Amino acid sequence: MEYTILILLLPCLSFLLIGLLGTKLKPVAAGTLGTVVTGIVALLSYWTAFSYFGAGRDGSGVYPVLTPWNAEWLPFGGGLEIDLGILLDPISVMMLVVISTVSFMVHIYSFGYMKGETGFQRYYSFLSLFTMSMLGLVAATNIFQMYIFWELVGVSSYLLIGFYYTRKEAIAASKKAFIVTRFADLGFLIGILIYGFYTGSFSFTPDAEVIGTAKVFLPLALGLMFIGGAGKSAMFPLHIWLPDAMEGPTPVSALIHAATMVVAGVYLVARMFPLFIGYAPDVLHITAYVGAFTALYAAVVACVQSDIKRVLAFSTISQIGFMIVALGVCTSADPHEGGLGYMASMFHLFTHAMFKALLFLGAGCIIHAVHSNEMSAMGGLRKYMPITHLTFLIACLAIAGIWPFSGFFSKDEILAACFGFSPVMGWVMTFIAGLTAFYMFRLYYNIFWGKENKELHSGHKPHEAPLAMTIPLIFLAAVTLFAGWIPFGEFVSSDGQAYHIHIDWTVAATSLCVAAAGIALATWMYAREDRKAADGLAARFSGLHKAAYHRFYIDEIYQFITHRIIFACISAPIAWFDRHVVDGFMNLLAWISEKLSWLIKGMQSGYIQRYGIWFLGGALGLTVILLLI
Amino acid sequence: MVHMEYYLIVSTIMMFVGIYGFLTRRNLLAMLISVELILNSVDINFVVFNRFLFPGQLEGFFFALFAIGISAAETAVAIAIIINIYRNMRNIQVKNLDKMKW
Amino acid sequence: MNILSLFPAIPLLMMLGLWISRNTKQIHAVMVTGASLLLGLAIALVCIYLGMRADGQTAEMLLTDSFMWYRPLNIEYAVGVDGISVAMILLSAIIVFTGTFASWKMDTNVKEFFMWFCLLSVGVFGFFISVDLFTMFMFYEVALIPMYLLIGVWGTGKKEYSAMKLTLMLMGGSALILIGILGIYFGSGATTMNITDIAQMHNIPLDMQRIWFPIIFIGFGVLGALFPFHTWSPDGHASAPTAVSMLHAGVLMKLGGYGCFRIAMYLLPEAAQELSWIFIILTTISVVYGAFSACVQTDLKYINAYSSVSHCGLVLFAILMMNSTAATGAILQMLSHGLMTALFFALIGMIYGRTHTRDIRELSGLMKIMPFLSVCYVIAGLANLGLPGLSGFVAEMTIFNGAFMDNDVFHRVVTVIACTSIVITAVYILRLIGKILYGTCTDPAHLKLTDATWDERLSVIVLIVAIAGLGLFPLWMSDMISESVLPVISHILN
Repeated sequence: MEYTILILLLPCLSFLLIGLLGTKLKPVAAGTLGTVVTGIVALLSYWTAFSYFGAGRDGSGVYPVLTPWNAEWLPFGGGLEIDLGILLDPISVMMLVVISTVSFMVHIYSFGYMKGETGFQRYYSFLSLFTMSMLGLVAATNIFQMYIFWELVGVSSYLLIGFYYTRKEAIAASKKAFIVTRFADLGFLIGILIYGFYTGSFSFTPDAEVIGTAKVFLPLALGLMFIGGAGKSAMFPLHIWLPDAMEGPTPVSALIHAATMVVAGVYLVARMFPLFIGYAPDVLHITAYVGAFTALYAAVVACVQSDIKRVLAFSTISQIGFMIVALGVCTSADPHEGGLGYMASMFHLFTHAMFKALLFLGAGCIIHAVHSNEMSAMGGLRKYMPITHLTFLIACLAIAGIWPFSGFFSKDEILAACFGFSPVMGWVMTFIAGLTAFYMFRLYYNIFWGKENKELHSGHKPHEAPLAMTIPLIFLAAVTLFAGWIPFGEFVSSDGQAYHIHIDWTVAATSLCVAAAGIALATWMYAREDRKAADGLAARFSGLHKAAYHRFYIDEIYQFITHRIIFACISAPIAWFDRHVVDGFMNLLAWISEKLSWLIKGMQSGYIQRYGIWFLGGALGLTVILLLI
Repeated sequence: MVHMEYYLIVSTIMMFVGIYGFLTRRNLLAMLISVELILNSVDINFVVFNRFLFPGQLEGFFFALFAIGISAAETAVAIAIIINIYRNMRNIQVKNLDKMKW
Repeated sequence: MNILSLFPAIPLLMMLGLWISRNTKQIHAVMVTGASLLLGLAIALVCIYLGMRADGQTAEMLLTDSFMWYRPLNIEYAVGVDGISVAMILLSAIIVFTGTFASWKMDTNVKEFFMWFCLLSVGVFGFFISVDLFTMFMFYEVALIPMYLLIGVWGTGKKEYSAMKLTLMLMGGSALILIGILGIYFGSGATTMNITDIAQMHNIPLDMQRIWFPIIFIGFGVLGALFPFHTWSPDGHASAPTAVSMLHAGVLMKLGGYGCFRIAMYLLPEAAQELSWIFIILTTISVVYGAFSACVQTDLKYINAYSSVSHCGLVLFAILMMNSTAATGAILQMLSHGLMTALFFALIGMIYGRTHTRDIRELSGLMKIMPFLSVCYVIAGLANLGLPGLSGFVAEMTIFNGAFMDNDVFHRVVTVIACTSIVITAVYILRLIGKILYGTCTDPAHLKLTDATWDERLSVIVLIVAIAGLGLFPLWMSDMISESVLPVISHILN
């Protein structure tokens, strides 16, 4: 499987090529280069998946872990070293497929969406950089390689969010995204340091006897790593950057902030799953509570947002919460005995990547058509954009968890796992699933149904997006339709053994009912043109509505902490202290020596007779001293 | 017989008169005269010591002669300087001469 | 003649060449020839050194040579290199080369400027090749003095004040060093000034070490921007002309770290172990304090100077951790910071040369106006905040891993505190990039400005290539360094 190195090298080359040539390259050429390369990468990933899973299981019934490449990159001494390489196991192969597929779709889509933008070449080179980094992240052979690419995806995300760098909001958003995730990465880094020190390697599978001595610190290390994951995956309270990250171009939101990068935290937990389950089950359960709270919080906020990308962003946060919960509720490595969540989480990651990318790309088409992100500019668009409408509906049904769309299957497994953990968790998550259905259909109705914004559309009619944009939609919709039927448990499960997914129909029926109720409520409230019920409700609970609209003021709290506390109460005083106290002390020394020399200088009066007196006095004094001695 | 002490008393008085004059006079020329007094008191000492302590030798006389010669030269130089100062400053008051102090 | 002696000799010849050259063209010719020669020689030296190591030469110092030049004090002109000095020589050569191009447009007293510049490089190269305490000190002084004139004459802003402050503080440091050197010399029995020999004899009594260690460490620490002796750095860097800032922050500040490691730690190991905790606290303060201070500065050069305080603090911090990983990281950080900060100062100089302001409140939207410089600025910023693939990451990770290897609470806590600097660094770097490069240009006068010229591009590209080279392929460099760090560290620990 040595050819897998090309999966990383090709995007890297295309990044360098497009990036270095810059505007010397024609936009079309840059786009084509990037797209073709990503296409090849996608094909290679499919081929890798095909041959990896085709090669079959080994004697113990699991797919073998392959490392076709692993080279020493930086040794630290004491047995610690960073290796760079490629690791193939079921989840990394699955991620390769997901990332390359979505990335390829986004590359094609961007041809239409970004057409005529200045910086088209830059855009494609950053996309290549991101693709390379993300693939490197999932194919990491050790935790430090993961951290390296983790930082790289962070920076590509920064660059892409700030793509429209002349806009204030975009600059602020990119800065925020980078700093918040960087702050979380500090936890990740310290976790890695602890992990490396106590297990003696950065490998994902340290020796069992070494772990024995590290038992006390392993939960700490894993918990700190989860902080890093929570930052990237926008878990509460580190989620604040993701909604703002929507300032980036929409395809970027689809690729980075919906399908791939934001699930890196989930992937991290899944990657460390054997250690979590074996040595730190309590930490794992804490992640479940964090995930559940995040899912609830984000779902509530999503219900009242008016910017369609923000709604989708909060929906992403909520869905990632689902994935984290699924991992967190695992109690053993055996999928039949409480390890179901692992499979469910990965399955949901897979299906979510597809339908959320689809939703974002659909949103991109809509924004392209009406030139606004606000719901008020939309309404009644179904007549103008049939393909977008249909694919968007499919995605909405999938995320709401309606049979037979892919989201149903994965969400059902998650809920089953939650019920297996505790009924409370199960019901809470079911409620959130209902909420998901509600806000997604609120979004759907607001965009495609309801009153048309006539005055906005008087200038030019909204029209269906060009082919470059609709083809990815259709492809992803097809995947969303059929992905649920993939026997996912055959490929990925917590202990590596084949697991036959069977739908728990009591859970499924409950969740279907709740989802249907959510959709029905949304239909009742938003499908009509007048919106009496919705507005009435908003007016009735205006305090709650306002708080949710402002995302419960979490951003303001952060703003307060960073500006009022860190800048005003730490940095500014330190800078003042430096200029006035530390430097002042040095200047004081200089001042004292200057004054002293003035004092001494005063004796050099220049009057020869005064010198004579000094001389004589000195001579006499010396004589007296000599005589006394 | 005049004792050596009498000569030495005279030269000591001259010496301290010279020092007093050097320190207190405000006029450069007066200071120069004071310096000459100091030098002459030293000359007297040379001669006296030679005459009374080392009667057979001549070093003290020679040295006194040298000192007289040098003081003559020195006076010439000093007067030249004083004249130049006078040309520049139109007086030779020592309190005005602090231009070169630093 | 030993190849090492060429390093101080070439800049001397360049001074001669500058002296007889008559116009700017000739001056440039001399400088380019000399600087390229130095760069080529430095690369050749790396190859020779690696070749000798590959041949199995295990002596601590290679290419050694010496002759006595002052017998009463046993002062020798003794040269020799190990992996650390080779790395530092390479760094210096790169920065002298790029600094030459960065000051291409210098127009007042060009000849004198470059002559002092060459003298500065004589000192720098001489310092790194010496293995004799006194010769080392002498070259150190040679490197310091030209700074005064270079800043005082060719600087900007409050240049006289800054030049005076910088020189006085550094001279104060070097006075301490001189005392310490004499202390070591007489403490070890006054038979030799050769560093390796003194280390081998290892006979300085502990109570003397306790006196000389802090003295030497602070002496070099002043140059390495050790808190609270760092305040010359913001003012000095802000006033210095571009090439001088580059050479000063890029190389001269490394003399401090190098000296702390080579002299203070190596020759006074017991005291170093005993007293390291005091300096660890000071350096930890430097790291965090510099980063926080940088957050609220408004002058581009001040931001970079405080960032240097933070990064150089990390160098001393790592040295004091006293294990080979951290020390390797320290040397890597010296290299990385040298390249990065030189790139920063070069770019700041180029931007300042165009806009005539360094106040970030007056700059905005430069990305549209000078894309090349801005992109390079972003790259420099990313290197500074430790992006993988650029040199900063390699160095910082090695340091943090090394620092974490000490299994006690104190070291752990300071390591975690030092780690927070990577977040604060991100804050000030992104603030800076967001303010001056992004957005729309508000000053109409800036709209007419042009992008980099060929000489500027060359200087910037060389630095970026070096940064990326170190960041992407750290293995050979870190191997070369750790191999040489190991004997020093094991000497300290035993």
